Amino acid sequence: MLLGTIVYAIINSVILIMMSIGFNLTFGISGISNFAYGALYIFSAFSTYMLLQMVGLPYPVAALVSIVLTAAIGALMYRFILMRVRGQVLSEVIATFGIGLAILEFFRYLGFVGVEYALPVFIDDSFMIGEVYVDAQRLIIVASSVVLVGLLWLFVHYTSVGLAFRGIAQDERTALTFGMDSDWIATLSVSLGAALAAIAATVIIPLGTISVSQGYDVLINALAVSIIGGLGSTGGVIVASLVVGFAQRFTDTYIGSHWTMIVSLAAILLVLVIKPSGLYGKQKELEERI
Amino acid sequence: MSETPLLEVKGLTKSFGGVQAVNGISFTLNKGDLLGIIGPNGSGKTTTVNLISGFVKATSGRVIFKGRDITNMPPYKIVRLGIARTFQMVKPFYQLPAFKNMIIPLYSPRVKALAGGKYGDRDAVALDLLEEVGFERDNQVAYKAASVLPQGYLKRLELAKAISLQPDIMILDELFSGLSLAEVASIVPIIEKLLLEGKTIIMIEHRLKELFRIASRVIVLNFGEKIADGVAKEVMESDEVKKAYLGSEE
Amino acid sequence: MKKRKERIDRGIKVRSEDIFALSSWREMLYFAAPRVIPVAVFILLPLVLGDYWQRVYLSVAVFALLAISWDILSQSGMISLGQALFFGMGAYCSGVLNHYFGISPFLTIPIAAVVGGAICTVMLLPVLRLRGVYFSMVTLIIPLMLERVIEATKIFGGTEGLSGLDVLPSKWLEMYILVAAMIAALFGFRRMMTSDYGLVLTGIKDNDRSVMNAGINIYWFKIQALFIASAVGAFAGAMMTHVYRFVGMPVFALDYSILPIAAVMVGGPGSFAGAVLGAFILVPLSEALRALGGLRIVFYGVFLVVFVVGMPEGIFHFIARKYSQFERWAEVDK
Repeated sequence: MLLGTIVYAIINSVILIMMSIGFNLTFGISGISNFAYGALYIFSAFSTYMLLQMVGLPYPVAALVSIVLTAAIGALMYRFILMRVRGQVLSEVIATFGIGLAILEFFRYLGFVGVEYALPVFIDDSFMIGEVYVDAQRLIIVASSVVLVGLLWLFVHYTSVGLAFRGIAQDERTALTFGMDSDWIATLSVSLGAALAAIAATVIIPLGTISVSQGYDVLINALAVSIIGGLGSTGGVIVASLVVGFAQRFTDTYIGSHWTMIVSLAAILLVLVIKPSGLYGKQKELEERI
Repeated sequence: MSETPLLEVKGLTKSFGGVQAVNGISFTLNKGDLLGIIGPNGSGKTTTVNLISGFVKATSGRVIFKGRDITNMPPYKIVRLGIARTFQMVKPFYQLPAFKNMIIPLYSPRVKALAGGKYGDRDAVALDLLEEVGFERDNQVAYKAASVLPQGYLKRLELAKAISLQPDIMILDELFSGLSLAEVASIVPIIEKLLLEGKTIIMIEHRLKELFRIASRVIVLNFGEKIADGVAKEVMESDEVKKAYLGSEE
Repeated sequence: MKKRKERIDRGIKVRSEDIFALSSWREMLYFAAPRVIPVAVFILLPLVLGDYWQRVYLSVAVFALLAISWDILSQSGMISLGQALFFGMGAYCSGVLNHYFGISPFLTIPIAAVVGGAICTVMLLPVLRLRGVYFSMVTLIIPLMLERVIEATKIFGGTEGLSGLDVLPSKWLEMYILVAAMIAALFGFRRMMTSDYGLVLTGIKDNDRSVMNAGINIYWFKIQALFIASAVGAFAGAMMTHVYRFVGMPVFALDYSILPIAAVMVGGPGSFAGAVLGAFILVPLSEALRALGGLRIVFYGVFLVVFVVGMPEGIFHFIARKYSQFERWAEVDK
């Protein structure tokens, strides 16, 4: 039982990492908090579903097209809406939140509710880890998240666009003097965040069904993990996901499933009390921002 | 030397990441002094001031004010004890008239305490203080929105905000930067008057000529370390200071 | 020839507001009309409305209070995405006091406003130390999480909620308590924000460093603003609990977070009048659009985006400008 709990806690943590890494990356690079993140996740899932069921594309193609489409929506969102209110936190928050709300509720209005809205698993098989059954999809999630985090790390550290990301993240004004196009980088950052949401949806959704309320759940999880880990810190996301993932799974097993949400809430409040900027937060409280 | 100093800084150190912005600076300040802090850009002058006023937390070292350890106190408490400062980058509330900008410092608990528990008419006090720093009452400058005022007036506003707190020590961070000679010349008498009133002042300054006219003592920083301390003329004769300002000779 | 639009304060505005030399009926009317007419409308409206629209008017007042509460926070530099937290906390406080202890609504409502406000303030206390989006993020997720907590732990009636609560003795009483609260909040907080106290709060939003440098403890002021705002929201929630005789999970629903923000955005932030105006536009509109079902929330979302990007000052400031200034096209020199 303990081994099973640990295995599923790891999987749960990895799912949290997948759900929140895009949100955190966008914030880390351009300082934009994309509250439409959960909506983009669900958009990608429904888009794959429609391409698969109504257009009849092969599964991998449908998934790929959806990811590209979601990334494009992220880019358009920045170009046509966020760019106009850039730098005003209030407006950015409300605009992205409004977009997310409109997307999610539109799907609900169109009647996309029910168990038939689901995506097939990639490989219908399961394995034994010790004495624990784990299905192939969950292993795929773990594998793809390891690959994804690795690729992101390489991308940010070794490509020119990645280096530009880091430049902008560290000091936007200095980066501007070196001829970096801040708007272009911000577009990419929102777009990349959206693509990561779509990738997460592609691998995670086959575990269950697609539902609008999941859009809000993904946003809540992404926010919770980012608050605990520290906004804009990828290391923080990973650590916070592990903390929350393990805490949730262990309370689920040993205390009762209805306590998991309380544990997450308590974790957030506790971290905020002890270290408000999160475990690995780059945002200093007040000092050094003079 | 029997007199205890008003402010005592002991081995103040701050490192940002691996960089030592301020490294073991010590000095004392007696009542009525005007201490100039000079040094090349990036020598740690502003960080030193930020450490004293609590806006930046020290890595090590101590700041003692009136015999009380104020190291790493939050800024608002330090202000209440009697150290007020100005900022190099003035950021007034642009949409408000100049005299309304004075309301916030005049709302300070320190002002209330010094006035014996009541605030009085803040608008009137604000206008008086502004007149003191050169907002001519006749042409109604004090009623103009801060957004339309020239830099000279904004710097005076910043100075007036510090004066309004009736501090024991005033820290003026590059008050003269960005001002014309005439503007500087009109502010110098205000500072001289403050000294006559018994205020203690620390000035960070690049305008050495004007500073040396009024400073009783100068310390020179370079790469976060104090390299000279003394009367203005003597300090500038020192080889090390010349080297810091003119670049190394290797 | 290049022209630019020039806006000049009407003479009557300057005379009636800045100098207070009200020398004619016209000037006094100019000054009084925008204040007296809305108040008269607020008070008389319930008398002419039918039963159904009276209910709608009740929710207008509730959402106006929530929008005012949001505006207090935003003017102090805190962007809340969770007005439902304040609303729900007030609702549950009064519901629990009434259901389990049988306390009369006349006591539960004021107690809920204060206690509910205090609980919310304490919950959000740690976030006040941070700038930026943290406040938004935390306020967004706390009510949604509380909803799950209640669902999972089944406390306070769980998913069923607490029903059969006491009502106020007359529907006119509940109507006019809410209307009076709305009017008091509108003019009271307008006054507060233009006082020196309000100046300190807006100062924290614009430049907290400068406020700290005046020896003012910005956290203490933020706590005060947060408490005021959450008490207003909690009061609205407590009132609604006794109007509907029910409190349950829906009080933490997103609707109570979104509609107030949308109202402020449409009406115009920073004046409270915009918040009330927005509630007066959006709540009846959403009733009229009831047939559209879920599409209403889509509209709110779109409204938020359109107004934030296209008309950030909102309708109220637009009207206020037309009222107090005239415009003309002036030639640009050279």
